[in-house]
Amino acid sequence: MRRHMQPARALLVACALALVAAGCGSSSSSSSSNAPGVSATTITFGSHQPLTGPAAPGYSEIAPASAAFFKYLNANGGINGRKIKLIYKDDEYNPSKTVNVVHQLVLQENVFGIFEGLGTPTHTKVVGFLNSEKVPDLFVASGCPCWDNGSSQPETFGWQPNYTIEGKILGQYLKEHFSGKKVGVFYQDDDFGKGGLEGIKDELSGSSIVSAQPYQPGVTNVAPQISAIKSAGAEVLVDFTVPIYTALGQLASFTLGYKPQLVVSNVGIDPTTVGGLLKTFSKGKAGTELIEGAITDGYLPSSSDTSNPWIQLFMKVHDQYDRSAPFDGNVEYGMATAYTLAQVLKLAGKDLTRQKVVEVINNEGAKLTGPGLVPFRYSSSVHGGYGGTEMGQVRGGKIVLFGGPLVTEPSSGAPIKPYSNQQPAPPASGVSAP
Amino acid sequence: MSAIAARARVGRARIGELTLARGLLLALVAAAALFVASELLSSFADLELAEGLYFFCVLAGLTVLTGLSGQISLGHGALMAVGAYGAALLIGEQHWALVPALAAATAITAVVGLLLGAAATRLRGPYLAGATLAFAVGLPALADKYSSTFGGENGLVVNPPNPPSGLGSSLPLERWEAWIAGAGAVIVLFTLHNLVRSGYGRAMRAVRDDEIAASLCGLRVARVQTLAFVVSAACAGLAGGLLTVVLQLASPGAFQLSLSLSLLTAIVLGGLGSLVGAAWGAAVLVLLPSWTRDIANSFSLSTKVSSNMPLAIYGLVLVVAMLAWPSGIQGGVRAGGARLRALVRSRRGG
Repeated sequence: MRRHMQPARALLVACALALVAAGCGSSSSSSSSNAPGVSATTITFGSHQPLTGPAAPGYSEIAPASAAFFKYLNANGGINGRKIKLIYKDDEYNPSKTVNVVHQLVLQENVFGIFEGLGTPTHTKVVGFLNSEKVPDLFVASGCPCWDNGSSQPETFGWQPNYTIEGKILGQYLKEHFSGKKVGVFYQDDDFGKGGLEGIKDELSGSSIVSAQPYQPGVTNVAPQISAIKSAGAEVLVDFTVPIYTALGQLASFTLGYKPQLVVSNVGIDPTTVGGLLKTFSKGKAGTELIEGAITDGYLPSSSDTSNPWIQLFMKVHDQYDRSAPFDGNVEYGMATAYTLAQVLKLAGKDLTRQKVVEVINNEGAKLTGPGLVPFRYSSSVHGGYGGTEMGQVRGGKIVLFGGPLVTEPSSGAPIKPYSNQQPAPPASGVSAP
Repeated sequence: MSAIAARARVGRARIGELTLARGLLLALVAAAALFVASELLSSFADLELAEGLYFFCVLAGLTVLTGLSGQISLGHGALMAVGAYGAALLIGEQHWALVPALAAATAITAVVGLLLGAAATRLRGPYLAGATLAFAVGLPALADKYSSTFGGENGLVVNPPNPPSGLGSSLPLERWEAWIAGAGAVIVLFTLHNLVRSGYGRAMRAVRDDEIAASLCGLRVARVQTLAFVVSAACAGLAGGLLTVVLQLASPGAFQLSLSLSLLTAIVLGGLGSLVGAAWGAAVLVLLPSWTRDIANSFSLSTKVSSNMPLAIYGLVLVVAMLAWPSGIQGGVRAGGARLRALVRSRRGG
């Protein structure tokens, strides 16, 4: 029995393993074009997604839906003769995993860019790397105001309305319809929740917000926060939460016998997802009725609005390529971002470079059209996405939008204005230029 | 009588010198090998090498604690967190230079290890496992509790370590990170190599094999065990500090209970009590997750199945490995080597 150690061998093993790793690492595909991730017939994007972990319910459907939409486009000839490929990897909504996954996508898989990287706490950890490597970082799946900085982060672009814009529009609605009521805010303790809180505070006087309680994603007991909001006497509860925390918060409210008017950010209210979670957590005793009547907002047509031609298109693609997932707001989101990316690639033309794609969004991004109800804000300095939302409510387990789209800027005091341009009809096949 | 004692003393001194010289030589060879490897590797493989090297630091410390001193710890992930947050606060908030920050992170974790070790000497077997488990579960929650200092789940972000300008602007950041982690790993290797062969190492083995016999020989069992804990914690602290430098991030998500458990799994799978085993374990920790992910993706399964496949494959690999090599990968390699030698010898004999 030899118990003492043999470090010389440790070394040899380490070296051998390093060489094995090197062999594995050099297998990435080389491209004929001068841009990484582009060949004569394909363009490859990478993404980090919460396929497992606390944010997975609902959000794990987004990237497969985008991939399904790309399959649909590819079957219709692709974009400028190239097929779009999406490699998405699981980061479990865990920032330290995101760093690893994104390095692997960029350095090993040699992707053209990162598309739809999901989450505020996750994606903030790779923005520096992507910008220093000059990798296009397109349409982050998060409304954090932190993507909206074209001068310091020229490669990074948001897509959905930033949380401050959303908070302002929700806040104005509360001011008009619930004036004098005490408001409690339940929010995720990062730039997502804080951005929304800031927007609400911009519209409501400080005294009407009686309690603002943060939660940490991953900590599943939220009863302390909800009972603090309850005991502060809040009559309106505003959630800046991911779906699982909307469900946990509503279950805690239910247990405490607390029934405020619920208001939820559009990222945390998809009724199919939240209803499913409520059903699972309560072992079938509760469901969408716990979020019935909740006020929210939307910048895309409601996924249950089957008369909308965009929803009809997305449902058709969903039935053909993504049938294992339910058709809900997450699937719609994934397809809508995919449409925007395809439109950008179409505008960028046949000779693709990373720089050219970024320039297209800077110069022509504000003209992009698609399923959105409001316009994009893109310019070389503004890298935030949609510039507003429309108010909505959960009625009969579905989101119903009302009152018409509203647009504003995130800066404090910027006015909220109605937006009346009509949504364009989707093209018969593929992507239309704006 | 005195002449014999004097000769014995001389003999001991010579052996001591020899161990030190061998340790130094080993460290130099290790550094050179790592340098060559990092030059050959692609950027992403350099990053994986850096990750493997900081895992080697913590696993080497843990294998000394468990394999040499016979104590079990399920709390080494939390000790890494102490080092990681220490380094992140010192580099990010206090703007310390890299080396003093890493040294301080190591020292802070050693102090935490001293407290934990003092408690650990009073506990045995499952009770010790339970106490360190509680540490692993409880500590990361502090980051959420004091989120203004530790940044909650969002974590603390530090700037990437800038390579010295003398090395040229073409040096990839990942290679520089691999060098930093490599320096840490070489220091750990040198220190532990010498510790194992010193009087302290012998004392630890004596305590592991029979505490009563060891104390009858005049060894202070509690002190030896505490020392093992402190050394092991310091290694974990350095590993945590290096993790912060490589990932540019300290967040609770990196130090969940599963990390502590997989560290223990890695030293057992690698081969308990051997530094080579620690190197195998580090390779398993870095390479297995991406391999299982690739295997899972190679089947065209639904997202729900394929995203949970890596964990299932990981479990399967563990079961198979423990059935095939009960004494770890290194045990398997040794047995294979012995069989090969026997085969060669019998051929020659025939």
